[in-house]
Amino acid sequence: MSTRSRLGVSLGVMVLAGCASPTVTETPNLGRVATLAEEAGWDVSIPPDGTGLPAGRGASAQGAVVYEQKCQNCHGEKGAGQPNDRLVGGHGTLASKGPVRTVGSYWPYATTVFDYVRRAMPYTQPHSLSDDEVYAVTAYLLHLNGIIGEADVMDALTLPNVKMPNRDNFILAYPTRPK
Amino acid sequence: MARPKRSSPALLDRRIFLRGGLAALGAIGGLAAGAPGTARAAGPPETPPWMQYPGAPFTTYGGPAKYESKVMRTLIRSQPGTTGSGASRTPLEMLEGTITPSGLHFERHHSGVPDIDPEQHRLLVHGMVKRPLIFTMDALMRYPMRSRIHFMECSGNSQLMYGATPPALRAGELHGLVSCSEWTGVPLRLLLEEAGADPAASWLLAEGADAAAMSRSVPMAKAMDDALIALFQNGERLRPENGYPVRLFLPGYEGNMSVKWLRRIKVTATPTMTKDETSRYTDLQADGKSLMFTYPMGVKSVITRPSPGLTMPGPGLYEVSGIAWSGSGTITKVEVSADGGQTWTETTLSTPVLPRTLTRFRIPWKWNGGSAIVKSRATDSTGEMQPTRDKLVAEHGTNVVFHYNAIQAWSIAGNGEVTNVYA
Repeated sequence: MSTRSRLGVSLGVMVLAGCASPTVTETPNLGRVATLAEEAGWDVSIPPDGTGLPAGRGASAQGAVVYEQKCQNCHGEKGAGQPNDRLVGGHGTLASKGPVRTVGSYWPYATTVFDYVRRAMPYTQPHSLSDDEVYAVTAYLLHLNGIIGEADVMDALTLPNVKMPNRDNFILAYPTRPK
Repeated sequence: MARPKRSSPALLDRRIFLRGGLAALGAIGGLAAGAPGTARAAGPPETPPWMQYPGAPFTTYGGPAKYESKVMRTLIRSQPGTTGSGASRTPLEMLEGTITPSGLHFERHHSGVPDIDPEQHRLLVHGMVKRPLIFTMDALMRYPMRSRIHFMECSGNSQLMYGATPPALRAGELHGLVSCSEWTGVPLRLLLEEAGADPAASWLLAEGADAAAMSRSVPMAKAMDDALIALFQNGERLRPENGYPVRLFLPGYEGNMSVKWLRRIKVTATPTMTKDETSRYTDLQADGKSLMFTYPMGVKSVITRPSPGLTMPGPGLYEVSGIAWSGSGTITKVEVSADGGQTWTETTLSTPVLPRTLTRFRIPWKWNGGSAIVKSRATDSTGEMQPTRDKLVAEHGTNVVFHYNAIQAWSIAGNGEVTNVYA
């Protein structure tokens, strides 16, 4: 076992009898080193700069087909909502008495749409869409919201460059909460 | 402690129960949750029936008394077409003390409760580390652990109170997305140290193994401070609905960041900007801007007795009892008013009073049978005092949804009925 000098005494296991130095702290070191393939299989998170976006591509026409088959039951025709969350519209409502938070009116990053659809949707069958299908559905939702053109192709290069309309309206409360 | 200078005329000194002794205790009226049962057959001079035959045998895992079957999670709401995406609430008004029974801990799931085999489950720690590591649950069980008592509160707790009219609901239905447990597990810091986390990395991503792969970014400073890889709740392994077999626990922070069914920690330079930290758990202000990364839950309190549904059966001496908590520290003071907030009296806090823990406050109150409005307000060790609803709304508007922590007012009518009011 290797000792890890950065560990505080209060956190590690104090090794007592028989130890050369009673102040040395150790931890069990029972983690197995992960392989690249193991990491790649689980690493599904996509930050705003697009790191980790997979190969593949899609545009809104294919996305519309996927949407109607896999998404419309819960999110309504063309993302209009009902029975579950509305995905389209609501632009200009956020400061009103009845704000409508949708992908188009509220979400600050387009990469989040890809990330979330791929990890969690469709609700009853997550992880069932191909990467092409996820790109296509993302393109469809962005197009319905008037953010990209109908023919615009979304892929690892284009998606991070999509500027969402509400991106600049978030105020960070960490590390310091604004007064 | 010094006797408070300002004292509400209807409120009594908090030490009256001690001074008055048994005579005062004998006069305490109970709060009726339902019709009183008949005690005719069991009271003296009769021999009660349960003394006339041997009782039930042992059980392998005990449950509550059958007479307590009404004490259950409440206001269970799920997304349309789903049975597991939504929330259930702790019935705060049915409980006492500060520890929430594990089976009554509130739930918030984003895609149901996964059925995870602990033998097959793995925790991956990777990203900006020297050595990406995979841990089995058996391996985690061999690490040094810490036990801490902490509340957990959903950032959406009490959100109905942003509405234009006060909802006619019970304390637990309104505010029951808060619970308190003893959590035991491995300091996250140990695993990050073993993996060799890059000192330049300021964030990590925590991801669950539920069908939503629920994920949140966590500041590295919090991870290295008091974050726990929790394995036990109230002495037993986590309940499935609380993250079995392993969850993240971030004391004081909004509950959804304590990712349940934890499968992955990725050390990163910047926040990942997941759905749940951008589009969901952000706080829309009246001007259309949104606050992002509002982590600690604000200082807050609520009177649980009396409260709606617990009708006061008649004039007399009662104990006002409630809970207070703060995500930023320890509760230092809870005051109660019985005159709508004109005067306040300091209550007694049940010890031990611990940081980021539910704190029980109590004070005797002689109810004269007239209408009254009771309120509580808490102050924490950072000096923050719980705001009035007017102040909170003036500051953040009513579109905000999350982080409601305003003073709660209960109105008591002459017939003893208690209702939720904005006052």
